Amino acid sequence: MSTIPTDRLRPLPAGPRGILIDCGTTAVARACYRSLQSRRMSGLLEAADLVPGATTVLVDGIDEPELLAAELPGWPLTDEPDAAGEAVEIPVCYDGPDLESVAEQWGVRPEEVADIHSGIEYEAAFCGFSPGFAYLEGLPEQYQVPRRESPRTTVPAGSVAIAGPYTGVYPRTSPGGWQLIATMTNPGRLWNEHREPAALLVPGTKVRFAAVRV
Amino acid sequence: MTHIEILRAGVLTTCQDAGRPGWGHLAVPPSGAADRPSWRLANQLAGNPTGACALETTLNGCTVKAHRNVTVVVGGAPCPVTVDGRPEAWGQPVKLKAGSVLDAGPAEVGVRSYLAFSGGLHPKSSLGSHSTCLLSGLGPAPLKDGDTIPLGPSPAHPPLPTQWPAPWAGVSEEIVMKLHLGPRLEWFRPEAVAELARGVWTVSEHSNRIGLRLDGPALRRMDSGELPSEGIVAGALQVPPNGQPILFGADHPTTGGYPVIGVVGAEAQAAAAQARPGTKIRFAPIPLPHWSKRA
Repeated sequence: MSTIPTDRLRPLPAGPRGILIDCGTTAVARACYRSLQSRRMSGLLEAADLVPGATTVLVDGIDEPELLAAELPGWPLTDEPDAAGEAVEIPVCYDGPDLESVAEQWGVRPEEVADIHSGIEYEAAFCGFSPGFAYLEGLPEQYQVPRRESPRTTVPAGSVAIAGPYTGVYPRTSPGGWQLIATMTNPGRLWNEHREPAALLVPGTKVRFAAVRV
Repeated sequence: MTHIEILRAGVLTTCQDAGRPGWGHLAVPPSGAADRPSWRLANQLAGNPTGACALETTLNGCTVKAHRNVTVVVGGAPCPVTVDGRPEAWGQPVKLKAGSVLDAGPAEVGVRSYLAFSGGLHPKSSLGSHSTCLLSGLGPAPLKDGDTIPLGPSPAHPPLPTQWPAPWAGVSEEIVMKLHLGPRLEWFRPEAVAELARGVWTVSEHSNRIGLRLDGPALRRMDSGELPSEGIVAGALQVPPNGQPILFGADHPTTGGYPVIGVVGAEAQAAAAQARPGTKIRFAPIPLPHWSKRA
Protein backbone atom coordinates (compact mmCIF):
# COMPACT_ATOMS: atom_id res chain seq x y z
CA MET A 1 0.00 0.00 0.00
CA SER A 2 1.42 3.32 -1.02
CA THR A 3 0.24 6.88 -0.62
CA ILE A 4 -0.55 8.86 -3.72
CA PRO A 5 0.13 12.59 -3.70
CA THR A 6 -3.23 14.23 -4.32
CA ASP A 7 -1.72 17.27 -6.00
CA ARG A 8 -1.80 15.03 -9.06
CA LEU A 9 -5.57 15.34 -9.11
CA ARG A 10 -6.82 18.11 -11.39
CA PRO A 11 -10.45 19.08 -10.90
CA LEU A 12 -11.96 20.24 -14.20
CA PRO A 13 -15.41 21.82 -14.49
CA ALA A 14 -18.01 19.57 -16.14
CA GLY A 15 -21.02 21.85 -16.26
CA PRO A 16 -22.75 23.62 -13.40
CA ARG A 17 -23.18 20.41 -11.40
CA GLY A 18 -20.18 18.29 -12.25
CA ILE A 19 -16.44 17.88 -11.82
CA LEU A 20 -14.19 15.78 -13.97
CA ILE A 21 -11.17 14.78 -11.91
CA ASP A 22 -8.19 14.26 -14.17
CA CYS A 23 -5.97 11.75 -12.36
CA GLY A 24 -3.21 11.50 -14.93
CA THR A 25 -2.88 7.73 -14.76
CA THR A 26 -5.10 4.69 -14.54
CA ALA A 27 -3.74 3.70 -11.13
CA VAL A 28 -4.46 7.11 -9.60
CA ALA A 29 -7.93 7.14 -11.21
CA ARG A 30 -8.65 3.77 -9.62
CA ALA A 31 -7.56 4.99 -6.19
CA CYS A 32 -9.54 8.21 -6.63
CA TYR A 33 -12.67 6.31 -7.66
CA ARG A 34 -12.41 4.05 -4.62
CA SER A 35 -11.90 7.00 -2.34
CA LEU A 36 -14.91 8.84 -3.81
CA GLN A 37 -17.03 5.72 -3.48
CA SER A 38 -16.20 5.29 0.18
CA ARG A 39 -16.77 8.99 0.91
CA ARG A 40 -20.13 8.71 -0.81
CA MET A 41 -21.06 5.59 1.15
CA SER A 42 -20.16 7.25 4.44
CA GLY A 43 -22.23 10.30 3.59
CA LEU A 44 -19.32 12.70 3.10
CA LEU A 45 -20.15 13.20 -0.56
CA GLU A 46 -23.53 13.61 -2.20
CA ALA A 47 -23.42 12.93 -5.91
CA ALA A 48 -25.89 11.55 -8.45
CA ASP A 49 -23.20 9.42 -10.07
CA LEU A 50 -19.50 8.61 -10.06
CA VAL A 51 -18.30 7.61 -13.50
CA PRO A 52 -14.74 6.35 -13.78
CA GLY A 53 -12.92 6.75 -17.09
CA ALA A 54 -9.50 5.57 -18.27
CA THR A 55 -7.59 8.19 -16.27
CA THR A 56 -10.43 10.28 -14.81
CA VAL A 57 -13.40 10.16 -12.48
CA LEU A 58 -16.53 12.17 -13.24
CA VAL A 59 -18.49 13.34 -10.22
CA ASP A 60 -21.93 14.26 -11.57
CA GLY A 61 -24.93 15.83 -9.91
CA ILE A 62 -23.30 17.74 -7.05
CA ASP A 63 -24.67 20.96 -5.60
CA GLU A 64 -21.44 22.84 -5.03
CA PRO A 65 -18.62 21.69 -7.30
CA GLU A 66 -16.29 24.38 -5.98
CA LEU A 67 -16.38 22.85 -2.47
CA LEU A 68 -15.33 19.43 -3.74
CA ALA A 69 -12.65 21.04 -5.91
CA ALA A 70 -11.27 22.82 -2.87
CA GLU A 71 -11.28 19.65 -0.78
CA LEU A 72 -9.49 17.45 -3.29
CA PRO A 73 -5.86 18.42 -2.64
CA GLY A 74 -6.12 17.47 1.04
CA TRP A 75 -7.40 13.96 0.50
CA PRO A 76 -5.50 10.96 1.68
CA LEU A 77 -5.40 8.67 -1.33
CA THR A 78 -3.93 5.23 -1.05
CA ASP A 79 -3.42 2.67 -3.72
CA GLU A 80 -4.63 -0.17 -1.57
CA PRO A 81 -5.30 -3.52 -3.08
CA ASP A 82 -9.00 -4.26 -3.42
CA ALA A 83 -10.29 -6.08 -0.33
CA ALA A 84 -12.95 -7.93 -2.31
CA GLY A 85 -10.20 -9.51 -4.37
CA GLU A 86 -11.96 -12.66 -5.55
CA ALA A 87 -11.86 -12.69 -9.35
CA VAL A 88 -14.96 -13.35 -11.44
CA GLU A 89 -14.26 -16.31 -13.72
CA ILE A 90 -15.54 -16.10 -17.27
CA PRO A 91 -15.53 -19.38 -19.22
CA VAL A 92 -14.71 -18.70 -22.86
CA CYS A 93 -13.96 -20.62 -26.00
CA TYR A 94 -10.94 -19.20 -27.86
CA ASP A 95 -12.50 -19.39 -31.31
CA GLY A 96 -12.81 -15.74 -32.38
CA PRO A 97 -12.55 -14.77 -36.06
CA ASP A 98 -9.46 -12.61 -35.38
CA LEU A 99 -7.65 -15.27 -33.34
CA GLU A 100 -5.16 -16.14 -36.08
CA SER A 101 -4.43 -12.55 -36.91
CA VAL A 102 -3.90 -11.73 -33.23
CA ALA A 103 -1.62 -14.78 -32.86
CA GLU A 104 0.41 -13.49 -35.79
CA GLN A 105 0.69 -10.02 -34.24
CA TRP A 106 1.73 -11.57 -30.93
CA GLY A 107 4.23 -13.81 -32.70
CA VAL A 108 2.75 -17.00 -31.24
CA ARG A 109 0.78 -19.99 -32.50
CA PRO A 110 -3.06 -19.55 -32.40
CA GLU A 111 -3.42 -22.18 -29.66
CA GLU A 112 -1.03 -20.20 -27.45
CA VAL A 113 -3.31 -17.13 -27.45
CA ALA A 114 -5.69 -18.90 -25.07
CA ASP A 115 -2.91 -19.69 -22.58
CA ILE A 116 -1.55 -16.16 -22.63
CA HIS A 117 -4.90 -14.36 -22.51
CA SER A 118 -6.39 -16.63 -19.83
CA GLY A 119 -3.22 -16.50 -17.76
CA ILE A 120 -3.68 -12.83 -16.92
CA GLU A 121 -5.79 -11.33 -14.14
CA TYR A 122 -7.74 -8.33 -15.39
CA GLU A 123 -9.58 -5.54 -13.61
CA ALA A 124 -12.64 -3.67 -14.85
CA ALA A 125 -11.33 -0.10 -15.08
CA PHE A 126 -14.54 1.52 -16.28
CA CYS A 127 -17.69 0.84 -18.28
CA GLY A 128 -18.81 2.44 -21.52
CA PHE A 129 -20.16 1.82 -25.00
CA SER A 130 -23.10 -0.38 -23.95
CA PRO A 131 -24.69 -1.23 -20.56
CA GLY A 132 -22.46 -3.78 -18.86
CA PHE A 133 -19.51 -3.40 -21.25
CA ALA A 134 -16.39 -3.13 -19.10
CA TYR A 135 -12.95 -2.01 -20.21
CA LEU A 136 -10.75 -4.68 -18.62
CA GLU A 137 -7.14 -3.73 -18.12
CA GLY A 138 -4.21 -5.98 -17.50
CA LEU A 139 -2.95 -6.93 -20.96
CA PRO A 140 0.84 -6.42 -21.00
CA GLU A 141 2.10 -3.95 -23.56
CA GLN A 142 3.62 -6.57 -25.84
CA TYR A 143 0.16 -8.06 -26.42
CA GLN A 144 -1.63 -4.82 -27.22
CA VAL A 145 -3.06 -4.66 -30.74
CA PRO A 146 -4.85 -1.84 -32.55
CA ARG A 147 -8.55 -1.81 -33.41
CA ARG A 148 -9.55 -3.33 -36.72
CA GLU A 149 -9.19 -0.95 -39.65
CA SER A 150 -12.88 -1.21 -40.40
CA PRO A 151 -15.30 -2.02 -37.60
CA ARG A 152 -17.70 -4.94 -37.96
CA THR A 153 -21.34 -3.92 -38.28
CA THR A 154 -22.36 -6.89 -36.13
CA VAL A 155 -20.43 -8.45 -33.28
CA PRO A 156 -22.34 -11.28 -31.55
CA ALA A 157 -23.14 -11.02 -27.84
CA GLY A 158 -20.47 -12.76 -25.77
CA SER A 159 -17.61 -11.97 -28.14
CA VAL A 160 -14.36 -11.45 -26.24
CA ALA A 161 -12.27 -8.77 -27.89
CA ILE A 162 -9.03 -6.87 -27.43
CA ALA A 163 -7.88 -3.42 -28.52
CA GLY A 164 -5.09 -1.26 -27.11
CA PRO A 165 -4.63 -1.93 -23.39
CA TYR A 166 -8.13 -3.38 -23.00
CA THR A 167 -10.07 -6.61 -23.17
CA GLY A 168 -13.87 -6.48 -23.37
CA VAL A 169 -16.84 -8.79 -23.67
CA TYR A 170 -19.83 -7.57 -25.70
CA PRO A 171 -22.98 -7.89 -23.53
CA ARG A 172 -25.26 -7.69 -26.54
CA THR A 173 -24.99 -7.90 -30.29
CA SER A 174 -23.71 -4.57 -31.57
CA PRO A 175 -21.28 -3.02 -34.02
CA GLY A 176 -17.67 -3.25 -32.88
CA GLY A 177 -14.14 -2.49 -33.97
CA TRP A 178 -12.08 -4.60 -31.58
CA GLN A 179 -10.29 -7.84 -32.51
CA LEU A 180 -12.37 -10.88 -31.60
CA ILE A 181 -10.43 -13.73 -30.03
CA ALA A 182 -12.95 -15.76 -28.02
CA THR A 183 -16.62 -16.32 -27.14
CA MET A 184 -18.12 -16.32 -23.67
CA THR A 185 -20.19 -19.45 -23.20
CA ASN A 186 -22.94 -17.69 -21.23
CA PRO A 187 -23.09 -13.99 -22.19
CA GLY A 188 -26.45 -13.57 -20.44
CA ARG A 189 -24.49 -13.28 -17.18
CA LEU A 190 -22.99 -9.96 -18.23
CA TRP A 191 -26.18 -7.93 -17.90
CA ASN A 192 -29.22 -8.85 -15.84
CA GLU A 193 -31.60 -6.06 -14.89
CA HIS A 194 -33.12 -8.18 -12.13
CA ARG A 195 -29.76 -8.53 -10.40
CA GLU A 196 -28.12 -5.89 -8.23
CA PRO A 197 -25.90 -4.65 -9.71
CA ALA A 198 -27.21 -5.38 -13.20
CA ALA A 199 -23.67 -5.52 -14.62
CA LEU A 200 -21.46 -8.51 -13.79
CA LEU A 201 -18.29 -6.49 -14.38
CA VAL A 202 -18.64 -3.28 -12.39
CA PRO A 203 -15.61 -0.99 -12.16
CA GLY A 204 -13.05 -2.52 -9.81
CA THR A 205 -14.06 -6.15 -10.46
CA LYS A 206 -11.18 -8.60 -10.95
CA VAL A 207 -11.66 -10.92 -13.91
CA ARG A 208 -10.11 -14.15 -15.15
CA PHE A 209 -10.91 -15.94 -18.37
CA ALA A 210 -11.05 -19.74 -18.28
CA ALA A 211 -10.46 -21.53 -21.57
CA VAL A 212 -13.13 -24.09 -22.37
CA ARG A 213 -12.12 -26.68 -24.97
CA VAL A 214 -14.86 -27.76 -27.34
CA MET B 1 -56.33 0.31 -14.60
CA THR B 2 -56.70 -0.78 -18.27
CA HIS B 3 -54.68 0.90 -20.96
CA ILE B 4 -54.22 3.22 -23.88
CA GLU B 5 -53.71 2.02 -27.43
CA ILE B 6 -51.39 3.65 -29.94
CA LEU B 7 -53.29 4.03 -33.23
CA ARG B 8 -50.59 6.15 -34.90
CA ALA B 9 -47.11 6.20 -33.43
CA GLY B 10 -45.83 8.96 -35.73
CA VAL B 11 -42.13 9.39 -36.55
CA LEU B 12 -41.02 8.46 -33.04
CA THR B 13 -43.13 8.26 -29.92
CA THR B 14 -41.55 6.93 -26.74
CA CYS B 15 -42.47 6.46 -23.09
CA GLN B 16 -40.54 8.87 -20.86
CA ASP B 17 -40.32 9.54 -17.15
CA ALA B 18 -37.45 10.94 -15.08
CA GLY B 19 -35.10 8.36 -16.59
CA ARG B 20 -32.48 6.28 -14.85
CA PRO B 21 -29.79 8.64 -13.55
CA GLY B 22 -27.03 7.25 -11.36
CA TRP B 23 -26.00 4.25 -13.46
CA GLY B 24 -23.45 6.00 -15.65
CA HIS B 25 -20.70 3.87 -14.11
CA LEU B 26 -22.37 0.84 -15.72
CA ALA B 27 -22.61 2.61 -19.10
CA VAL B 28 -26.33 3.28 -18.68
CA PRO B 29 -27.40 6.64 -20.18
CA PRO B 30 -29.67 8.77 -17.96
CA SER B 31 -32.46 8.97 -20.55
CA GLY B 32 -35.85 10.38 -19.48
CA ALA B 33 -37.98 13.16 -20.97
CA ALA B 34 -35.84 15.33 -23.25
CA ASP B 35 -37.72 18.56 -22.41
CA ARG B 36 -37.99 18.14 -18.64
CA PRO B 37 -39.94 21.33 -17.82
CA SER B 38 -42.65 20.55 -20.40
CA TRP B 39 -42.93 16.92 -19.29
CA ARG B 40 -43.13 18.01 -15.65
CA LEU B 41 -45.79 20.63 -16.34
CA ALA B 42 -47.91 18.24 -18.42
CA ASN B 43 -47.88 15.77 -15.51
CA GLN B 44 -48.74 18.48 -12.98
CA LEU B 45 -51.70 19.61 -15.07
CA ALA B 46 -52.88 16.00 -15.39
CA GLY B 47 -52.83 15.70 -11.59
CA ASN B 48 -49.98 13.21 -11.66
CA PRO B 49 -47.25 12.84 -9.09
CA THR B 50 -43.81 14.09 -10.09
CA GLY B 51 -42.02 11.57 -12.21
CA ALA B 52 -45.01 9.93 -13.91
CA CYS B 53 -44.40 8.35 -17.31
CA ALA B 54 -45.84 10.20 -20.32
CA LEU B 55 -45.62 9.92 -24.10
CA GLU B 56 -42.98 11.97 -25.90
CA THR B 57 -43.68 12.54 -29.60
CA THR B 58 -41.35 13.71 -32.35
CA LEU B 59 -42.43 16.33 -34.92
CA ASN B 60 -45.68 14.77 -36.12
CA GLY B 61 -47.45 13.75 -32.93
CA CYS B 62 -49.41 10.57 -32.39
CA THR B 63 -52.93 9.20 -32.11
CA VAL B 64 -54.10 7.38 -29.01
CA LYS B 65 -57.29 5.53 -28.07
CA ALA B 66 -58.33 5.52 -24.41
CA HIS B 67 -59.66 2.24 -23.03
CA ARG B 68 -60.98 3.87 -19.87
CA ASN B 69 -62.00 7.36 -18.82
CA VAL B 70 -58.83 9.34 -18.38
CA THR B 71 -57.66 12.94 -18.24
CA VAL B 72 -54.91 13.85 -20.66
CA VAL B 73 -52.78 16.95 -21.12
CA VAL B 74 -50.96 17.56 -24.41
CA GLY B 75 -48.09 19.96 -23.81
CA GLY B 76 -44.53 20.66 -24.85
CA ALA B 77 -44.36 21.48 -28.56
CA PRO B 78 -47.67 23.21 -29.44
CA CYS B 79 -49.83 21.14 -31.82
CA PRO B 80 -53.46 20.80 -32.86
CA VAL B 81 -55.39 18.47 -30.53
CA THR B 82 -58.60 16.68 -31.47
CA VAL B 83 -60.81 14.18 -29.67
CA ASP B 84 -62.94 12.05 -31.97
CA GLY B 85 -62.29 14.65 -34.65
CA ARG B 86 -63.39 17.69 -32.59
CA PRO B 87 -60.82 20.36 -31.72
CA GLU B 88 -59.74 20.36 -28.10
CA ALA B 89 -57.43 22.49 -25.98
CA TRP B 90 -53.66 22.15 -26.13
CA GLY B 91 -51.81 22.57 -22.85
CA GLN B 92 -54.86 21.97 -20.66
CA PRO B 93 -56.55 18.95 -19.08
CA VAL B 94 -58.89 17.22 -21.53
CA LYS B 95 -61.27 14.48 -20.37
CA LEU B 96 -61.30 11.39 -22.55
CA LYS B 97 -64.11 8.84 -22.36
CA ALA B 98 -63.33 5.17 -22.75
CA GLY B 99 -63.28 4.48 -26.49
CA SER B 100 -62.42 8.06 -27.49
CA VAL B 101 -59.54 8.78 -29.84
CA LEU B 102 -57.18 11.68 -29.18
CA ASP B 103 -54.95 12.99 -31.92
CA ALA B 104 -51.93 15.17 -31.20
CA GLY B 105 -51.08 16.62 -34.59
CA PRO B 106 -47.81 17.86 -36.08
CA ALA B 107 -45.84 20.24 -33.89
CA GLU B 108 -46.45 23.85 -35.02
CA VAL B 109 -43.12 24.83 -33.54
CA GLY B 110 -40.60 22.77 -31.63
CA VAL B 111 -40.15 19.02 -31.84
CA ARG B 112 -41.53 17.11 -28.86
CA SER B 113 -45.06 17.16 -27.49
CA TYR B 114 -45.87 15.40 -24.21
CA LEU B 115 -49.06 13.47 -23.54
CA ALA B 116 -49.57 13.04 -19.81
CA PHE B 117 -52.42 10.73 -18.76
CA SER B 118 -53.93 10.83 -15.27
CA GLY B 119 -52.56 7.86 -13.37
CA GLY B 120 -49.45 7.82 -15.57
CA LEU B 121 -48.30 5.13 -18.00
CA HIS B 122 -46.86 1.84 -16.79
CA PRO B 123 -44.95 0.14 -19.60
CA LYS B 124 -42.13 -2.27 -18.77
CA SER B 125 -39.53 -0.75 -16.53
CA SER B 126 -35.81 -1.20 -16.52
CA LEU B 127 -33.54 -0.13 -13.63
CA GLY B 128 -36.50 1.64 -12.06
CA SER B 129 -37.49 3.70 -15.10
CA HIS B 130 -40.11 3.34 -17.87
CA SER B 131 -38.03 5.49 -20.24
CA THR B 132 -37.07 4.33 -23.70
CA CYS B 133 -33.36 4.80 -24.32
CA LEU B 134 -32.43 5.01 -27.99
CA LEU B 135 -28.71 4.49 -27.36
CA SER B 136 -28.73 1.51 -25.00
CA GLY B 137 -32.03 -0.12 -25.95
CA LEU B 138 -33.07 -0.16 -22.28
CA GLY B 139 -36.73 0.38 -21.40
CA PRO B 140 -39.71 -0.18 -23.69
CA ALA B 141 -39.05 -0.16 -27.43
CA PRO B 142 -40.15 2.93 -29.39
CA LEU B 143 -43.92 2.64 -29.87
CA LYS B 144 -45.51 1.07 -32.93
CA ASP B 145 -49.05 1.33 -34.23
CA GLY B 146 -51.25 -1.07 -32.26
CA ASP B 147 -49.12 -1.10 -29.08
CA THR B 148 -50.98 -0.90 -25.79
CA ILE B 149 -49.63 0.63 -22.59
CA PRO B 150 -51.12 0.01 -19.12
CA LEU B 151 -52.43 3.04 -17.22
CA GLY B 152 -51.80 3.47 -13.52
CA PRO B 153 -54.71 3.82 -11.12
CA SER B 154 -56.37 7.18 -11.64
CA PRO B 155 -56.70 9.35 -8.55
CA ALA B 156 -60.37 9.52 -7.51
CA HIS B 157 -60.20 13.30 -7.34
CA PRO B 158 -57.25 14.35 -9.44
CA PRO B 159 -55.74 17.41 -7.76
CA LEU B 160 -55.94 19.56 -10.87
CA PRO B 161 -54.28 22.92 -10.43
CA THR B 162 -56.58 25.90 -10.35
CA GLN B 163 -53.95 28.13 -11.91
CA TRP B 164 -50.95 27.56 -14.12
CA PRO B 165 -48.00 26.28 -12.11
CA ALA B 166 -45.72 27.88 -14.71
CA PRO B 167 -46.13 29.03 -18.29
CA TRP B 168 -45.20 26.72 -21.15
CA ALA B 169 -41.77 27.63 -22.38
CA GLY B 170 -41.71 29.24 -25.79
CA VAL B 171 -39.82 27.78 -28.71
CA SER B 172 -37.63 30.08 -30.76
CA GLU B 173 -35.90 29.87 -34.09
CA GLU B 174 -32.64 31.05 -32.62
CA ILE B 175 -31.48 29.85 -29.24
CA VAL B 176 -28.70 31.39 -27.17
CA MET B 177 -27.26 28.88 -24.73
CA LYS B 178 -25.08 29.65 -21.74
CA LEU B 179 -22.08 27.40 -22.14
CA HIS B 180 -20.04 26.55 -19.05
CA LEU B 181 -16.54 26.17 -20.46
CA GLY B 182 -14.55 23.03 -19.70
CA PRO B 183 -13.63 20.34 -18.92
CA ARG B 184 -11.35 20.17 -22.00
CA LEU B 185 -11.11 23.76 -23.14
CA GLU B 186 -7.32 23.51 -23.12
CA TRP B 187 -7.48 20.99 -25.96
CA PHE B 188 -8.59 23.81 -28.26
CA ARG B 189 -6.82 26.76 -29.78
CA PRO B 190 -6.86 29.91 -27.65
CA GLU B 191 -9.24 31.60 -30.07
CA ALA B 192 -11.85 28.89 -29.50
CA VAL B 193 -13.69 30.90 -26.82
CA ALA B 194 -14.04 33.88 -29.14
CA GLU B 195 -15.18 31.55 -31.93
CA LEU B 196 -17.77 30.03 -29.64
CA ALA B 197 -19.09 33.46 -28.70
CA ARG B 198 -19.18 34.67 -32.32
CA GLY B 199 -20.29 31.60 -34.23
CA VAL B 200 -23.75 30.51 -35.27
CA TRP B 201 -24.49 26.80 -35.62
CA THR B 202 -27.42 25.12 -37.31
CA VAL B 203 -29.12 22.03 -35.92
CA SER B 204 -28.53 19.22 -38.39
CA GLU B 205 -31.13 16.71 -39.51
CA HIS B 206 -28.98 13.99 -37.97
CA SER B 207 -30.09 14.93 -34.49
CA ASN B 208 -32.04 12.86 -32.00
CA ARG B 209 -32.45 12.16 -28.28
CA ILE B 210 -28.78 11.18 -28.11
CA GLY B 211 -27.62 14.57 -29.28
CA LEU B 212 -27.92 17.53 -31.62
CA ARG B 213 -25.38 17.58 -34.40
CA LEU B 214 -24.45 21.19 -35.12
CA ASP B 215 -23.24 22.48 -38.47
CA GLY B 216 -21.20 25.66 -38.45
CA PRO B 217 -17.71 26.96 -37.84
CA ALA B 218 -15.32 24.10 -37.04
CA LEU B 219 -13.83 24.24 -33.55
CA ARG B 220 -10.17 23.43 -34.04
CA ARG B 221 -8.05 21.54 -31.58
CA MET B 222 -4.48 22.28 -30.59
CA ASP B 223 -3.32 18.84 -31.66
CA SER B 224 -4.79 15.55 -32.76
CA GLY B 225 -3.80 13.61 -29.65
CA GLU B 226 -6.11 10.90 -28.38
CA LEU B 227 -8.14 11.56 -25.27
CA PRO B 228 -8.54 8.50 -23.06
CA SER B 229 -12.25 7.69 -22.61
CA GLU B 230 -13.83 9.80 -19.89
CA GLY B 231 -17.25 10.39 -18.36
CA ILE B 232 -19.71 12.68 -20.14
CA VAL B 233 -22.55 14.71 -18.62
CA ALA B 234 -25.88 15.62 -20.25
CA GLY B 235 -25.56 18.95 -22.03
CA ALA B 236 -21.91 18.34 -22.94
CA LEU B 237 -20.70 19.95 -26.17
CA GLN B 238 -18.31 17.38 -27.58
CA VAL B 239 -16.05 18.12 -30.52
CA PRO B 240 -15.11 15.22 -32.82
CA PRO B 241 -12.07 15.50 -35.09
CA ASN B 242 -14.04 17.24 -37.87
CA GLY B 243 -14.67 20.17 -35.51
CA GLN B 244 -18.48 20.05 -35.85
CA PRO B 245 -19.81 19.88 -32.28
CA ILE B 246 -22.40 17.51 -30.85
CA LEU B 247 -24.62 18.70 -28.01
CA PHE B 248 -25.48 15.65 -25.95
CA GLY B 249 -29.06 15.03 -24.83
CA ALA B 250 -30.88 12.62 -22.51
CA ASP B 251 -29.73 9.39 -24.20
CA HIS B 252 -26.06 10.45 -24.37
CA PRO B 253 -23.21 7.94 -24.15
CA THR B 254 -21.76 7.78 -20.65
CA THR B 255 -18.12 7.93 -21.75
CA GLY B 256 -16.39 9.27 -24.82
CA GLY B 257 -12.97 9.87 -26.30
CA TYR B 258 -13.42 13.29 -27.89
CA PRO B 259 -12.87 16.48 -25.88
CA VAL B 260 -15.83 18.33 -24.37
CA ILE B 261 -15.30 22.07 -24.76
CA GLY B 262 -18.24 23.15 -22.59
CA VAL B 263 -21.51 22.08 -21.00
CA VAL B 264 -24.96 23.68 -21.14
CA GLY B 265 -27.29 23.61 -18.13
CA ALA B 266 -30.79 22.21 -17.67
CA GLU B 267 -32.62 25.15 -19.25
CA ALA B 268 -30.59 25.00 -22.45
CA GLN B 269 -30.94 21.21 -22.57
CA ALA B 270 -34.73 21.64 -22.56
CA ALA B 271 -34.49 24.24 -25.33
CA ALA B 272 -32.23 21.91 -27.31
CA ALA B 273 -34.88 19.17 -27.05
CA GLN B 274 -37.29 21.47 -28.93
CA ALA B 275 -34.76 22.64 -31.54
CA ARG B 276 -35.74 21.48 -35.01
CA PRO B 277 -33.26 20.86 -37.77
CA GLY B 278 -32.43 24.29 -39.14
CA THR B 279 -32.68 26.05 -35.77
CA LYS B 280 -29.83 28.50 -35.17
CA ILE B 281 -27.80 28.03 -32.01
CA ARG B 282 -25.46 30.55 -30.44
CA PHE B 283 -23.41 30.15 -27.33
CA ALA B 284 -22.69 32.57 -24.51
CA PRO B 285 -19.49 31.17 -22.96
CA ILE B 286 -19.25 31.35 -19.18
CA PRO B 287 -15.60 31.61 -18.11
CA LEU B 288 -13.89 28.77 -16.26
CA PRO B 289 -14.51 28.89 -12.51
CA HIS B 290 -11.57 30.24 -10.49
CA TRP B 291 -10.82 26.83 -8.96
CA SER B 292 -10.08 25.23 -12.28
CA LYS B 293 -7.41 27.70 -13.37
CA ARG B 294 -3.96 26.24 -13.46
CA ALA B 295 -1.00 27.99 -11.98
